[in-house]
Amino acid sequence: MTSSRIIQHPILNFERGKKKVLYFEDKPVEVYENESVLAALYANGVRIFSRSRVLKRPRGAFCLIGKCSSCLMEADRVPNTRICITLTKDLREVRYQESSASPPKTSFFIAKKPEEIPTDILVIGGGPAGLYAAMYASKYGANVVLVDENPTIGGQLVKQTHKFFGSKDLYSGIRGFEIAKKLAKILHKRKNIKILTNTSVFGLYSGKLAGAYHLRRKQLLKIKAKQITVATGASERFLVFENNDLPGVMGAGAAQTLMNVYGVKPGEKALMVGAGNVGLIVSYQLIQAGVKVVAIVEAMPRIGGYLVHAAKVRRLGVPIYTSHTIKSAHGKEKVEGATIIALDKEFREIPGTEKYLEVDLICLAVGLNPYSQLLSQAGCEMVYIPELGGLVPKRTRYQETTISGIYVAGDVSGIEEASTAMLEGGIAGISAALKIIGNNEKALNEREEMLEKLEKIRAGRFFERIRKGLRKVLIDERRGNSTY
Amino acid sequence: MNDAGIVRIEDLRRLKLIPPHSRMKAGPVVVVECIEEIPCDVCVAACPTRAIVKKDINSIPSVDFDKCTGCGSCLLACPGLAIFLVDLSIGSGKGRVTMPYELLPIPSKDDKVVLLNRKGEPAGEGRIVKVVRSADKTYAVTVEMEDSKVRDVRAFRVIV
Repeated sequence: MTSSRIIQHPILNFERGKKKVLYFEDKPVEVYENESVLAALYANGVRIFSRSRVLKRPRGAFCLIGKCSSCLMEADRVPNTRICITLTKDLREVRYQESSASPPKTSFFIAKKPEEIPTDILVIGGGPAGLYAAMYASKYGANVVLVDENPTIGGQLVKQTHKFFGSKDLYSGIRGFEIAKKLAKILHKRKNIKILTNTSVFGLYSGKLAGAYHLRRKQLLKIKAKQITVATGASERFLVFENNDLPGVMGAGAAQTLMNVYGVKPGEKALMVGAGNVGLIVSYQLIQAGVKVVAIVEAMPRIGGYLVHAAKVRRLGVPIYTSHTIKSAHGKEKVEGATIIALDKEFREIPGTEKYLEVDLICLAVGLNPYSQLLSQAGCEMVYIPELGGLVPKRTRYQETTISGIYVAGDVSGIEEASTAMLEGGIAGISAALKIIGNNEKALNEREEMLEKLEKIRAGRFFERIRKGLRKVLIDERRGNSTY
Repeated sequence: MNDAGIVRIEDLRRLKLIPPHSRMKAGPVVVVECIEEIPCDVCVAACPTRAIVKKDINSIPSVDFDKCTGCGSCLLACPGLAIFLVDLSIGSGKGRVTMPYELLPIPSKDDKVVLLNRKGEPAGEGRIVKVVRSADKTYAVTVEMEDSKVRDVRAFRVIV
């Protein structure tokens, strides 16, 4: 098997760490210790990570960030391990598991006593929103515990190789992964922030108690907080078409994680579905990684993303077919081709317009869903807002949900972008801190400044839908919230 | 196929983003191909002579071509890779376009390249005359070509 690791990249250097051997189905595989198990196997040609329960259809990598369950494997005898967020350095062997996994042979959760962690503020999620929430809550003296289930903090910033738009004070003109490094550096220095990576929060209980487990230490945690900010981000949407479950169909963000975080080429020839900013930006990044982008299809009659992003790929010869969609994927155990088809004004397929494309990768960039299950579970009042991407919590302008002391920030409160996520995080962070430290004029002023900046960014025409959606979820901050 | 994703010259002209011919004759000058109201003002902050102005963060940039010195700071900074320099000062039927470049391979001086227009169509051959690398790995690559092509060429492919 030849490796599909990227050796040279125009922007990135990959720090893969030491070489080691990982046993996959009892066979030795050469991997690097900083690679996720999934990336390492992918680099060695593995495309199937599980099978469907009944028909035993192959399941490939879809989300790469611990959200979709396509890659659950038995790792060092622990079933249901999400191998996309587990690094090889922590493991000796992985194997396929039966679709209905048997319970762990070692019941480590029960054997060890839960560890109790008291804190002023718990921030769940270490992306741009969570990092800002932690940064601004700690700035005003509150103690913060920041948890993230990935091996590093930074959220999806870590795979953004393009320079960010926006204004200077929000890191514009700097590449996303560099922003993540800068923010992580600030946070690691703060003595009143405790960062827990590899940690999943699985439930929020009365008295602001969060149940969590540390994936590497296999340790159950009870985090007892006074205030909680939920900044869990979003997950990539799926799309209905024939053979959409073939390995090789993956989220555009997943392809980004593979190539930009781990330096593994997701394919050789790609079809991108969706010409919003994600589809356009990832198409360009695929080209940077040495993947040929055969076409971009977009169901709408016009591109949804910024013209500058589209222009970048067009001038390199990538066709963008508007009013087109994917009809089917082809291949036996993995993608070997795709058929695209034109759509009429009512989005009906026009027979006879099918085109076959030889591709081994189909990236879906058809939007994101807020990853809001924790908020639902906690009992926050949720509303379905199409303009914001799905189920989101009602909240005040200070990002407080209908449960007093539970705040929300970033994509989980409505799909937007990194700069707005940072500002929402900052606002939530200050608001939560104010409840701990009492009135503080400097904090109040800073929060007002952030609200103004947020409004300025959202004033543009690309935020029209967002503005419409936000009007439906905003509640008056003077109205009493329920307690929890 | 359609023209989705292609910046139209008519729009650039309407928004006064194409420098006057006389200014191009005088030396390198900026063409900002950013014609949508997007929340970004990186070019404004990058310009040392305040030649690029935005009314607010969402407005379309406007350029004072007399203030522009053709230094290329904005070209290297623009997150959209949407800024170019054109130069018709060298004469003898030649012109130059400086383009942002974030791909491999990195070209060297005197390399021959395939010129590409905004649609990605080949538009003849050019020659690399200058390669500048920014601290954050964006390259500004200056390519010499027939002067009639500087209006349309916005990318290139290195011949390997």
